[in-house]
Amino acid sequence: MGILDVKNVNKRFGGLQALGDVNLNVAENSVHAIIGPNGAGKSTLLNCLVGKLIPDTGSVMFDGQSVLGRKPFEINQMGISRVFQTPEIFGDLSVLENMMIPCFAKRDGAFELNAISSVGSQTDIVERAEQMLEEMNMADKRHMHAAALSRGDKRRLEIGMCLSQEPRLLLLDEPTAGMARADTNNTIDLLKQIKEERDITIAIIEHDMHVVFSLAERITVLAQGTPLVEDTPENIKGHPKVREAYLGESA
Amino acid sequence: MLGLQKKDASLLLLVFALTMLAPFILNPFPEGSGWAQFNAGYPDLMQRFVIFGIFAIGFNILFGLTGYLSFGHAAFLGVGSYSAVWMFKLLSMNVIPAIALAVITSGLFALLIGFISLRRSGIYFSILTLAFAQMSFALAYSVLTPITGGETGLQLALDDPRILDSVSAAAGGNIPVPSLFGIEMRDSSEWSVGSWVFTFNNGYYFAAFIMLCSFYLSIRIFRSPFGLMLRAVKSNQQRLNYTGLNTRPYTLAAFVISGMYAGLAGGLMAAMDPLAGAERMFWTASGEVVLMTILGGVGTLIGPVLGAGMIKYMENILSKINSDILHTWFAFLPDGLEDFIVTIIYPFIGKGWHLTLGLLFMMVVIFLPGGLVEGGQKIAKLFKRGKKDDDGAKAADATTPAE
Repeated sequence: MGILDVKNVNKRFGGLQALGDVNLNVAENSVHAIIGPNGAGKSTLLNCLVGKLIPDTGSVMFDGQSVLGRKPFEINQMGISRVFQTPEIFGDLSVLENMMIPCFAKRDGAFELNAISSVGSQTDIVERAEQMLEEMNMADKRHMHAAALSRGDKRRLEIGMCLSQEPRLLLLDEPTAGMARADTNNTIDLLKQIKEERDITIAIIEHDMHVVFSLAERITVLAQGTPLVEDTPENIKGHPKVREAYLGESA
Repeated sequence: MLGLQKKDASLLLLVFALTMLAPFILNPFPEGSGWAQFNAGYPDLMQRFVIFGIFAIGFNILFGLTGYLSFGHAAFLGVGSYSAVWMFKLLSMNVIPAIALAVITSGLFALLIGFISLRRSGIYFSILTLAFAQMSFALAYSVLTPITGGETGLQLALDDPRILDSVSAAAGGNIPVPSLFGIEMRDSSEWSVGSWVFTFNNGYYFAAFIMLCSFYLSIRIFRSPFGLMLRAVKSNQQRLNYTGLNTRPYTLAAFVISGMYAGLAGGLMAAMDPLAGAERMFWTASGEVVLMTILGGVGTLIGPVLGAGMIKYMENILSKINSDILHTWFAFLPDGLEDFIVTIIYPFIGKGWHLTLGLLFMMVVIFLPGGLVEGGQKIAKLFKRGKKDDDGAKAADATTPAE
């Protein structure tokens, strides 16, 4: 029984069967990659996990509790943090402010009307955010506008924001899409480091095989909305069905 | 000071000084001189400066911080005015209960409208608020006449109950006037120095005091964790949702707070002049506060107050200039040239003041998207560059950004 348990999930968009009987089990404290060709339903699956979409049938259990029908912010408060394909940060705010917001969400919950005291007087939040920036090697950029950061730094900041909430499950949606090779390698190193230092489960959707095989402990291959195989990276590499799904029958 | 950072505290002090000394600052020209018509230091206009300042400060909490552009804020102003006048009629001519009720009813009204309108964002939100405000206006104008006085507006009458006031208050056969524990709002004292006359009006100082409190509260909100969340709503609502924060109560709270500010402004208007009409809720009134905020600087602390002052000054001063006055100004020119210049300037003054306002607004939006505050900042920068040893007394001018 893993921390995330997806059972018989179906999702249709009109005539398109985006997900058909998807079963997925992510073991606690593992790195689980979900790969598949374009249109395989990877993003649809992810959106079903975070509350953006509701599956037509099936169940999604996180740590023994159903996430279905819950709003994204509720699911986040349960302990699932999501990193987006293009970094989603608060571009108009400073890097430090970006980092403080998840700290507030962690401490105060989904809503807190704290309209009189100043942000600076919340020393525990400021310290936590500073410490998190330190860990992300971004302390020197804390007064920068987040929008002015480089692509790689934005990604770093976003991952740091997610980690500051101490989530039990970190979902990454193609975290290296559109990145230069150097940035990609930095991100891989960062994720490896996170894995070593924390008790955290990571589920990652990825196109880039280099990233997948450097990180994943288990891999699920999705094709046309259905899981083909689930195995260790070594076995996936040579699996005939996977080659077929990626390269077409003739290969 | 007062739990503020140094920069904010000096801004508050500056606004304090400006409002307290306004009767002097706004009356720079001696009586009887040709420039006297540019004097704005008379009670009615000074009251409007601070009351619309409050309105714009509150509007900026919603629009400046969250980015939600409400096009129906005048409805809350109107509700505040009606509530206050009813309080004068039923309870007492003291302004305190009237203003308290104005704030409470407009807050409740904002809760209802906000709850529905905030289901949508962007242009749909604006349209929903506009629709609500126009419905309120239409209702106040017609079917709600027993409560609102309809076309004539809600006025005081000699036989109003006023259950807390002693009977003798109306004994003279005159309708009593709003007061603060006996200090009448309309009373002024005058001070003549040479050919200058300075007017100190009770109502103005009362409204200015409330404006300072509102301004102080808005600084606290801007700098609070709540204010940070509101700015995060404006910046990236999706990220906020996926960071475990429920955006709806945050935006609703901002909407209600700014509705209460508008109600406070409406209540004060009634306290200065105890009548209320439906035209206060008309959509042009809602548009005006949008203009004030953008003109002054959206999302800045002082901007909305500057914008409100600018527009009210133009509305009251520019519109009073007529062609006769223009002719006296340019009388030194040869006749043909004088007529020519007057003809050119004429469309921009008097009833044409809207044209000037429109042009000014366009210039600000195009060249100074940060409003008058940005203009002030640019000037301050020029000064800094020009004089290196200028230790920034000018830079601390009314231009502190909201970050």
